[in-house]
Amino acid sequence: MNIMDTEKVKTDIEKALGSVALKSIRSSLLIENAQDLPKVAKFLKEDAAYRLDYLSSVTASDFIEYLETVYHLYSMEKKTGPVTLRVRVPRTDPKIPSLVSLYRGAEFQERDNFDLFGIVYEGHPDLRRIMMWEGFEGFPMRKDYLQEDSETLESADVEWLEKNGVKVPEAAKAKAAELRQQGKRALAERRVEDKG
Amino acid sequence: MALAPNTSQVDDGLKNELAKKGIVVTTMNQLYNWGRRSSIWPMQFGLACCAIEMIATACARYDIARFGAELFRPSPRQADLMIVAGTVTKKMAPQVVRLYNQMAEPKYVITMGACSIAGGPFIDGYNVLRGIDRYIPVDVHLPGCPPRPEALLYGLMELQKKIDGQQIETAEWYQQGLKREYPIPEFGPHGLIPKFNPEVWQPRENDLRKERYGQPIMIGKKSKAPNLDVVAVAAAPRPAAPAPTPPPTPGIA
Ligand code: SF4
Repeated sequence: MNIMDTEKVKTDIEKALGSVALKSIRSSLLIENAQDLPKVAKFLKEDAAYRLDYLSSVTASDFIEYLETVYHLYSMEKKTGPVTLRVRVPRTDPKIPSLVSLYRGAEFQERDNFDLFGIVYEGHPDLRRIMMWEGFEGFPMRKDYLQEDSETLESADVEWLEKNGVKVPEAAKAKAAELRQQGKRALAERRVEDKG
Repeated sequence: MALAPNTSQVDDGLKNELAKKGIVVTTMNQLYNWGRRSSIWPMQFGLACCAIEMIATACARYDIARFGAELFRPSPRQADLMIVAGTVTKKMAPQVVRLYNQMAEPKYVITMGACSIAGGPFIDGYNVLRGIDRYIPVDVHLPGCPPRPEALLYGLMELQKKIDGQQIETAEWYQQGLKREYPIPEFGPHGLIPKFNPEVWQPRENDLRKERYGQPIMIGKKSKAPNLDVVAVAAAPRPAAPAPTPPPTPGIA
């Protein structure tokens, strides 16, 4: 499989699409404006010189200042690839146009990223959680996700246990009531010390 | 019905002497337990990598059939032993508890591997249950990641020892009011509800893990992302790659 020359891909896209702002980061291309993504992907898929017809992965990561989605494109026809595309979106409003209409295989992977990072892929036909159950709160792969403390019972647990006829030790009950009074959840606290 | 306590004793020397003459002296208990421990039927289910070792144990080289436990039953109703082989995710835990509830008495549980004992390498994950013993009682804990097939056989032998030590008169599954069905946890907004069943498991008072690390969760040192742009700049004036070495001429070694 030949490895694609990022700079060449970049100039080709710029030549063909003109207005797209691109930046190369190592061997990947950052699309500065998330709304340009479908245009770029469509070009790479349909252009006779590229024919990148296979979207091998859609992944995401949390860089604290922003969320990023990474796409790896290959060509089955020409046996080339990958071309790596990055898209960055702000944490507060993470919206990226969906690629499902272009690559059917993006469907589950975008759902996965939505599930774990809370990135909303606009135009996705069925954007639901895929791994975690319905009713789960928060996006667990984000760096600010607060995990539950699995050793401390909360009042919901105590109520549930008593409803099911399980005796709950008094100490645990008191702790749960105290947490409830303070309006707190039992959280696994973050480590504060950070040596960089 | 109260059974008469078994007080008959035959000393071992006499038993051996009789055995040489082809007369076997035994007790009901021994016979009963011998039968039970030599035909432990495990339930056929595996959850992760440990299941592969369990499968290897069942295959010819390790051959769990030597211990009478080769009949992996696809139904909990026919199984005596549940080998929890693998990572129990929070999504899977309710099903594991349900399967346990559906097993007929007497039933036994072996947790195989670090994952099913305490969460294993995934203990800090948001999605992995920290040990199935939070919801159901466990007879044998079998550490390892994964435990070798020999270890599983050893665990089975330990279970056989446990069965040998049980008495018909006092066995818990003949007692009245025995409760060996446990409520099945439900999905909550942050994990399972309840987090554990205090009748089965309670957090340790001195949790060394907590003490040592200060917090139950380690969030690593990398709270800042590597600055990719800086790397990109440094990568631009990369020294020219050395000329590729010519491929060795084939044929001449
Ligand atoms: S204990 Fe190790 S081998 Fe077993 S399921 Fe967990 S990770 Fe896999």
